[in-house]
Amino acid sequence: MSKFLKVTAATALSLCIAAPAYAEKLGLGRAALPEEIAAWDKDVSPNGEGLPEGSGDALVGEEVFAEKCASCHGDFAEGVDNWPKLAGGADTLADKDPLKTVGSYWPYLSTTWDYVNRSMPFGDAQTLTNDEVYAIVAYILYSNDLIEDDFVLSKETFLEVEMPNASGFILDDRLTSEAHFVGDACMSDCKDEVKITKHVVFKGDPNSPDDPVSESAGEAAQDAATAEDEAKAEDAPKAEEAAVVEAAALDAELVKAGEKVFKKCKACHQVGEGAKARTGPVLNGVVGAKLGHVENFKYSKTMLSMGEEGVVWNEANLAEFLKKPRSFVSKTKMSFAGLKKEDDIKAVTEYLKSFSE
Amino acid sequence: MTSRSQKDTPSRRAFLKGAAASVPVVAAASVAQAEGDPLITEVQDWARYTGEGVDEHPYGLPIKFESDVVRRNVEWLTADVISSINFTPIHALEGTITPQGCAFERHHSGAIELKKEDYRLMINGLVDQPLVFSYADLERFPRENHVYFCECAANSGMEWAGAQLNGAQYTHGMIHNMEYTGVSLRSLLEEAGLDAAGDLADKWVYVEGADASSNGRSIPMEKALDDVLVAFKANGEALRMEHGYPVRLVVPGWEGNMWIKWLRRIEVTSQAIESREETSKYTDTLADGTSRKWTWEMDAKSIITSPSPQVPVRHGKGPLVISGMAWSGRGAITRVDVSKDGGKSWETARLAKEGERMALTRFYLDTTWDGEEMFLQARAVDETGYVQPSKDALRDVRGENSVYHNNGIQTWWLKADGELENVEIS
Repeated sequence: MSKFLKVTAATALSLCIAAPAYAEKLGLGRAALPEEIAAWDKDVSPNGEGLPEGSGDALVGEEVFAEKCASCHGDFAEGVDNWPKLAGGADTLADKDPLKTVGSYWPYLSTTWDYVNRSMPFGDAQTLTNDEVYAIVAYILYSNDLIEDDFVLSKETFLEVEMPNASGFILDDRLTSEAHFVGDACMSDCKDEVKITKHVVFKGDPNSPDDPVSESAGEAAQDAATAEDEAKAEDAPKAEEAAVVEAAALDAELVKAGEKVFKKCKACHQVGEGAKARTGPVLNGVVGAKLGHVENFKYSKTMLSMGEEGVVWNEANLAEFLKKPRSFVSKTKMSFAGLKKEDDIKAVTEYLKSFSE
Repeated sequence: MTSRSQKDTPSRRAFLKGAAASVPVVAAASVAQAEGDPLITEVQDWARYTGEGVDEHPYGLPIKFESDVVRRNVEWLTADVISSINFTPIHALEGTITPQGCAFERHHSGAIELKKEDYRLMINGLVDQPLVFSYADLERFPRENHVYFCECAANSGMEWAGAQLNGAQYTHGMIHNMEYTGVSLRSLLEEAGLDAAGDLADKWVYVEGADASSNGRSIPMEKALDDVLVAFKANGEALRMEHGYPVRLVVPGWEGNMWIKWLRRIEVTSQAIESREETSKYTDTLADGTSRKWTWEMDAKSIITSPSPQVPVRHGKGPLVISGMAWSGRGAITRVDVSKDGGKSWETARLAKEGERMALTRFYLDTTWDGEEMFLQARAVDETGYVQPSKDALRDVRGENSVYHNNGIQTWWLKADGELENVEIS
């Protein structure tokens, strides 16, 4: 009955309408097993509660980072394209464009460990060993000059690391610091004159490459992108000059469209002059090649055996694969879900063909 | 069976095209004409031939003429569309309920396909008995229905330093408003038992999703026991995949990031976990470099949805309907004022319905346009007496680096040609 009263208090107003009352337990659900809780309850608290056994240092971390993280976050945690920078930015928080990284902004080290452990690498989450996570976190700390290269990070040493911005946060104080927003509102003669102080930066469709404003608005794009929390656009959108080999048979428009689609692939694949293997193999010459054609790249067994059987990356096979990678090559390591639009598949294939000379 | 399709004669098709191209058909219809309107005087195809049968669209989409009323994203805003956001076409919607199919999406590792049969919800931590619920279990708890808005804390975030994007969809489209059906989080917590948690005043629940981002947030117990909903339906039907099918958390009035999608675990804890989404993100940096955290509530805010840059005035002088929406994370909207002169003077708008707590309110100002330029603004007032501030007033307190929680008053410059532009004014 006491619980019922609590509900009435909380929802006094709506109770007369239809709020259900919870007096008794319903006996629904089943007991969670210890191994189930262990499998899902992995969060780590600021005091280190929840950290598992294991350890790692920056030297090992550098190798793991290069293999698993650098394709997006850069070899030195400096960030590639719009992907987050993890290092640098010290003392920039009061600047016009602060650079918020693990070193400059994150108040607790537990957050870094927890996030790397449960949510990274992007597209292959929850696959790192505890030692790898410790090593990656150590490398990120080292990149921020927060530890020496011989510091071994473990749950025992965890709280020794000082996070520079640990005291940089205050609790939400809007109700006091913004109390002046509560009150009477002016209805007439509120100001003498009204003048335009700022015009819009992107006049038309923000996605249109033809927008004359957007081409010269790099800085604004940068400001705007800071609003999105996943990444900071350091470079304005620019039409990268692709080293496209203009073969006569290629549809230039389609190649151009494909270059755009390829942005989705860039996190893992490089193509063109100087391309290097990342999470995925270099894609130069892929059209027409056998499956698994790049030597020394660690393909899935399925991919290699299909290649040995003579399966070739012709347009039909590429289309199948790009539509749903795992149904064409079961157990492929490529974690990409697939391209939904046929036009995108055609375009990206044309783009790849331009690197197949 | 394709014989149902319309059988235009070439001449009629050409004529109709001509009519569509000539200046506003709608306007023409209201003006006295020398000849009768052929749309009235001639038998039209749709009045002659039959339309589609009932087996054509087992689940219907909007008619093709509305194909531009869709979510849109801005490519260069994020590194990857898998971890990104798109915007609700609020400029083209009316009333308050957002159709699920065009309600904004924000994912950190993409929208996942999770079957009801594969769905599990765990409650653990400081509870008497850790439990696992199936989807079918959830359906056996007493259900509640509530309409709530869900706004991303980064809504209008691009506009902190000045006017950036030209359209209500882009400046204010990270919001939707739906009628949710679900069970109270309170009922699930009490099923697991909270005696083990002791004094509830300083306890938290940590909630996380089943997707690869495992987005997790800490919610104070007081809120968890108050009005948080574990929802499985929206606007009468199943949640869409992109909104967390089969089960999402609904945290009324609080920032959208806390509305965990694909909800898989609820842990009662003695402290905030301080996850990535509540430290490195969704914290608001002030001018001096310190940052506010735990800024959960969404401040009162409003936006004129039409006219707006994507919805210019095409009808010339005369009657003009100004339509917009307002909302507050601290309760119900009690009043909305509209200014046509950039805030020199204000008129109180008409609320379509009395404001509801933590839900969108539609407002109208039925006015007249004399063909001169206007600086259109709306200003929301909520039940706590909070008056939506100007952008400058907000920046005076917070600086320009907050990213999140920008609820400053928006200005649309209506020009003499009927076009509108996102501007800032003195």
